[in-house]
Amino acid sequence: MREELLAIIERNSRIDLKELAVILGVEEIDVVNELQALEDEGIVCGYHTMIDWEKTSIEKVSALIEVRVTPQRGQGFDNIAERIYKYPEVTSVYLISGGFDLLVTLEGKSLKEISGFVSDKLSTLDSVLSTATHFILKKYKDHGTILTKKYEDQREKVSP
Amino acid sequence: MKDMLSKQAVGLKPSGIRKFFDIVSEMEDALSLGVGEPDFDTPWHIRDEGIYSLEKGRTFYTSNSGLIELRQEICNYIKRKQGISYDPKHEVLITVGGSEAIDIGLRAVINPGDEVLIPQPSFVSYEPCAVMAGGVPVIIELKAENEFRLTAEELESAITDKTKILILPFPNNPTGAIMERKDLEAIAEVIRKHDILVMSDEIYSELTYKEKHVSIIEMEGMKERTILINGFSKAYAMTGWRLGYACGPREIMEQMVKLHQFAIMCAPTTSQYAAIEAIRNGDEDIKEMRTAYNQRRRYLLHAFQEMGLECFEPFGAFYVFPCIKEFGVTSEEFAERFLAEEKVAVVPGTAFGDCGEGYLRISYAYSLDNLKLAIGKLADFVEKLRREGKQA
Repeated sequence: MREELLAIIERNSRIDLKELAVILGVEEIDVVNELQALEDEGIVCGYHTMIDWEKTSIEKVSALIEVRVTPQRGQGFDNIAERIYKYPEVTSVYLISGGFDLLVTLEGKSLKEISGFVSDKLSTLDSVLSTATHFILKKYKDHGTILTKKYEDQREKVSP
Repeated sequence: MKDMLSKQAVGLKPSGIRKFFDIVSEMEDALSLGVGEPDFDTPWHIRDEGIYSLEKGRTFYTSNSGLIELRQEICNYIKRKQGISYDPKHEVLITVGGSEAIDIGLRAVINPGDEVLIPQPSFVSYEPCAVMAGGVPVIIELKAENEFRLTAEELESAITDKTKILILPFPNNPTGAIMERKDLEAIAEVIRKHDILVMSDEIYSELTYKEKHVSIIEMEGMKERTILINGFSKAYAMTGWRLGYACGPREIMEQMVKLHQFAIMCAPTTSQYAAIEAIRNGDEDIKEMRTAYNQRRRYLLHAFQEMGLECFEPFGAFYVFPCIKEFGVTSEEFAERFLAEEKVAVVPGTAFGDCGEGYLRISYAYSLDNLKLAIGKLADFVEKLRREGKQA
């Protein structure tokens, strides 16, 4: 049940326990226990809400930053990654294979705020060799959800 | 002009679904549980392959039987699923949906007066196709107490010396019934004893929720006397691509290819290229869709239980077939009132044969959110009918 449960709540973390039990064909108590176990094991790390900020009047700017760094002896990339991810404006940090090392995503109120972060905080870290900042202009799809179009049932309403 | 029309065509009963379709399409805001096709889009990698084939200019006829690559893939697929080998050159034909295969399959084997055994409730095409092929449809009424499976006794008692072929429509539309190995073994024994043919319509074979689908061709001596029909519509959510196939003994397939060649030429080329991608790389898609259907199936059965609506547990396709006999109305009356009063469309069981009386076909090819909305209305309606019943 674990894989199926994870797939469901990854899409909809608000689904109620009773309904989860019904569609998984198990008892409600089993769902409760499994969810608890998933949280305890750190597999389920949070229940977030997907927001399309574009549709609000609140200004937000996000950017992807490619960062090349010098790994440190004994620490590899972990130390430098930690120094970066501790900034609250950083929304994710991934170690990446290929032409650069860390992919950092960043959310700020304005272009200025983000460029300020890159020039003042990120680039000045000792082990950072270079950065390349890409501003996100439009989100079409995020976390498996298409943001630009709503699902429309195009089928005939009755068919054999 | 007098006598303009074919008496045989005129004599065919129009599909019982048509009437509902006409009413529903007038209603802008009606919800529907009446659809017989997946709600998923065709997976993108399959659509992309179709687009690519157009870009490449693959816009010509294929061979009459269909692309040999696709036929080969179909044989690989059947070998993988059922462990049975077909010869892609002589024993496989790509058709315009499973529907065409039903039509030409019957026309290839029926002589005037031959009896065609049709278990019902079942898909709407078998009976008219049998008639147009010159056959005599003989209906076997499946029973709720057998979970709408076909039993050996029912089959045995329907066979006469005119019986030519049995249509085996499982997993079943509209009941959701399946046939398990033991059921098929019993059927196969009767078939062999009476030396008749089988047309096994397995279009829902990928959508079973108990054990893996079992085909009649796996039973001893059955491949030689079976026209196996399947297709891409339900498994890969490809209904609009109109692509199916038939596999069977070479002698029968030769006649089917001939009929197909004269009526159709070949199945749509774009669809055939897309289908190669589907059958090669579509297993994951099927798994995902099957999981979603199964969740909805459980949801519906639970909801029926809560509202006290009798329903056997179906293990196939994407339909449930609840019983509404307690309300003392016909299926059609129920469906008409439900549509008029709650604006939800369901299909009366009688659209799939007279023995569907007292049942409704409810499709779960809808998102859970949609189902919840419509089932909430069903619960209200059921309450209302019960209150009326008490007052009367």
